[in-house]
Amino acid sequence: MKKASTIMIIGSLFLLGLFYFPLWNIMLGAPQYPEPLGMDIYISGIKGLSEFDLQNIDGLNHYIGMKTIPKDGEMWEFEVFPSVILTMVVLGIFIGLFGFLGKLSYKWFIGWFLIMSILGIMGMYDFNEWLTDYGSNLSPNAIIKVVNADGTPMTYKPPLLGYQKMLNFDVTSLPEKGAWMMFIGMTLTLVAFYLGWRSHKNGIT
Amino acid sequence: MKKYSTYLATMLGSFLILSGCGNPDGKANSNGALASSNAEKVYVAPGEQDEFYAFMSGGYSGNLTVYGLPSGRMFKEIPVFSQFPTSGYGYSEETKPMLETSFGFVPWDDSHHPDISQTKGELDGRWIFINGNNTPRIARISLSTFETEEIIELPNSAGNHSSSFVTENTEYVVAGTRFSVPIPQRDMPINEYKGNFKGSLSFISVDPNNGHMDLKFQILMPGFNYDLSHPGRDKSHGWFFFTTYNTEEANSLLEVNASQNDKDFIAAINWKKIEEYVNNGGGTKMPANYAHNVYNESTHMATSTMKKEVLTVDPLKVPGAVYFLPTPKSPHGVDIDPTGEFIIGNGKLSADLTVHSFDRMIAAIEAKKFDGEAYGIPILKFDDVLAGTVKSGGLGPLHTEFDGKGNAYTTFFISSEVVKWNLETWEVIDRKPTFYSVGHLMIPGGNSRKPFGKYVVAMNKITKDRYLPTGPELEHSAQLYDITGDKMELLYDFPTHGEPHYAAGIPADLLAPKSKKIYRLDENEHPYAVTSPAEAKVVRDGNEVHVYMSMIRSHFTPDNIEGIKVGDKVYFHITNHEQDFDVPHGFAMIGQNTSELLVMPGQTKSSVWEPKEPGVWPFYCTDFCSALHQEMQGYVRVSPANSDVPLKFSLGE
Ligand SMILES: [Cu+2]
Repeated sequence: MKKASTIMIIGSLFLLGLFYFPLWNIMLGAPQYPEPLGMDIYISGIKGLSEFDLQNIDGLNHYIGMKTIPKDGEMWEFEVFPSVILTMVVLGIFIGLFGFLGKLSYKWFIGWFLIMSILGIMGMYDFNEWLTDYGSNLSPNAIIKVVNADGTPMTYKPPLLGYQKMLNFDVTSLPEKGAWMMFIGMTLTLVAFYLGWRSHKNGIT
Repeated sequence: MKKYSTYLATMLGSFLILSGCGNPDGKANSNGALASSNAEKVYVAPGEQDEFYAFMSGGYSGNLTVYGLPSGRMFKEIPVFSQFPTSGYGYSEETKPMLETSFGFVPWDDSHHPDISQTKGELDGRWIFINGNNTPRIARISLSTFETEEIIELPNSAGNHSSSFVTENTEYVVAGTRFSVPIPQRDMPINEYKGNFKGSLSFISVDPNNGHMDLKFQILMPGFNYDLSHPGRDKSHGWFFFTTYNTEEANSLLEVNASQNDKDFIAAINWKKIEEYVNNGGGTKMPANYAHNVYNESTHMATSTMKKEVLTVDPLKVPGAVYFLPTPKSPHGVDIDPTGEFIIGNGKLSADLTVHSFDRMIAAIEAKKFDGEAYGIPILKFDDVLAGTVKSGGLGPLHTEFDGKGNAYTTFFISSEVVKWNLETWEVIDRKPTFYSVGHLMIPGGNSRKPFGKYVVAMNKITKDRYLPTGPELEHSAQLYDITGDKMELLYDFPTHGEPHYAAGIPADLLAPKSKKIYRLDENEHPYAVTSPAEAKVVRDGNEVHVYMSMIRSHFTPDNIEGIKVGDKVYFHITNHEQDFDVPHGFAMIGQNTSELLVMPGQTKSSVWEPKEPGVWPFYCTDFCSALHQEMQGYVRVSPANSDVPLKFSLGE
């Protein structure tokens, strides 16, 4: 159980990666952009892959009537996410510590994992909602209005995950280092749970 | 949780798939098993890039052109000494001062010999220098912006031809005079030239931090013609060598009268000695008047200052600083091999090449073995300094470059060929015809300690039938040879713009990574810049009107201006707000008596318009910047001089 608790602590600490590395990345390449434009989504805000990428994405998007990419302080999510993640890290460490001291059962480990998963899914859901709004809530005065074959206005929601062709742009959306660290951390807490369960079954404390 | 794990697995899966198909557009695979043909050697497939940059002087275009090797594709013409309507250089208010001289605004020159800055005798790719031959000037061009940053005029010089070559650590860029002239200039009979005219050799120091040039001293030499020059390198670092012709000091019909002496001289200058003399207070300050023009990348503006004094050095006052090496037949080029030992005199009226030895020269100087003197300057004995003679059988050698593998390559103008010879045996290894009448040749780094001996480019003076005819005037023709083998191989012809004299080449990987993509708007210190469209305004000051305008895809702010009157002098100060690579915007106003402006991202440029007639006059963007480029336009309302239409400007009203 001591080993399991240690892994639980380490797993939770992996979430700290989200404070340093982007969670998600969206790349936009086009014939005119052999070096694609990119945005890195952090839990605290959106940054360009290169310094002027956001400005240039906004510049291009104004033709099709998209809103500008939210700046720091323009989305509540970027205020809330860091505290949620920090709370989960602290909580994970406490659970690990108390597990280490034998004060808590290994079942708390899976409890933490479940909460984190629910929060993660909620986060993805929220992110997807934003992408939908960003890509389809277009200015009525857009310079270029493209319609689909069925006559409905074309929308420009970037994919949540994977690749999509949008007008002249190839758009790719993938988890970034922060997300991978979070996945590894969460997997570690599952391992902790498994080890805890096994030592419990074998009667070792 | 299960759902989440599935999700995770899906993401991992898609990541692998996406990263697995990362082999983009088919780049030609050139590693075929077959020996590559000449066509393949110069073929740079679409989307691929050249191995070398080649900077070719523009000659009578006054500019510098940038080519790729081996493809021969032209990338850019950099305006240097000539007005250039394509970008507005020399027309915009910011760049007009670049072409100021002591003779006033001179919108043209004859640019000859580019040379790339060096550190420890190797190309460092910071700047390239080039001389203006006609109104003596030296320019410095940044190799990160590829823009002319500085031009310094040379007093006491005329026909600035033996220029602009840099010393081993770019301590100096050196410029010699072709014509000797009265110094200082005065009204005197031309036929009293002999003994009265002087030739100035100018040493311009280069600030290692920002490249700024300063005319540190001028050596006032006997009144010969100083044709070309090159620095010593490695062991001969600290010396500079100049060829002379017309040591007869003829002032008329030089083609006969200046070709009478069997030998002219190569002047060997120990510039370190003269520098020391000058640093210890030596030399004579002489009143002068010459322009020093500096372009500032932060303000995007040039300023021109007139300098009023020059430090001159009488070579006789610095013993041991100057010697003459007799060299047959009006030597044209003087070239120093990468080790610094061999000083090659290309006697242009000769069939042979004369190679002097630096070591033997030093030994002869130490032994004081002189063969008389000219105007008090010791002449060394020809046989004492000679290292060898290349018996070529060609005619009219002009210039020599080196491959760093012990070989030299010399152009022969009259017999129209490039000759490869060995630097130890003096034996000719190979010779290949050029089409036609080659002047200079260039191997990238071929006048440094470290040549990149893969290609030689021959720059021919006569084109004739090499391309489809285009009337009497033809572009000059360059030819590319592969020099990796024992024998040279002619690969390719390509036309060059203006008349390239010399050229300088450098591996692309030394320059391409530091080539600037944009100017930062937040570093723009132009006094009339607007860094946000909200700052755009129109300000009247008497009959001067200043328009502070911004531009971004695809509009000007403001694009409607009223209240301008006939007789006004309207300054458009236009800032490009793009911060994206390769998105310039242009500006052109109907009937404006100047060129358009091409404004780079983050840059501000200004131009003047003096409206002559009342009316509503349009302006537009000249660079196809976007899908809505054609919409990038505006109007200025011009009212009669006595009207009281209020000054007004707007966008989107
Ligand atoms: Cu434009």
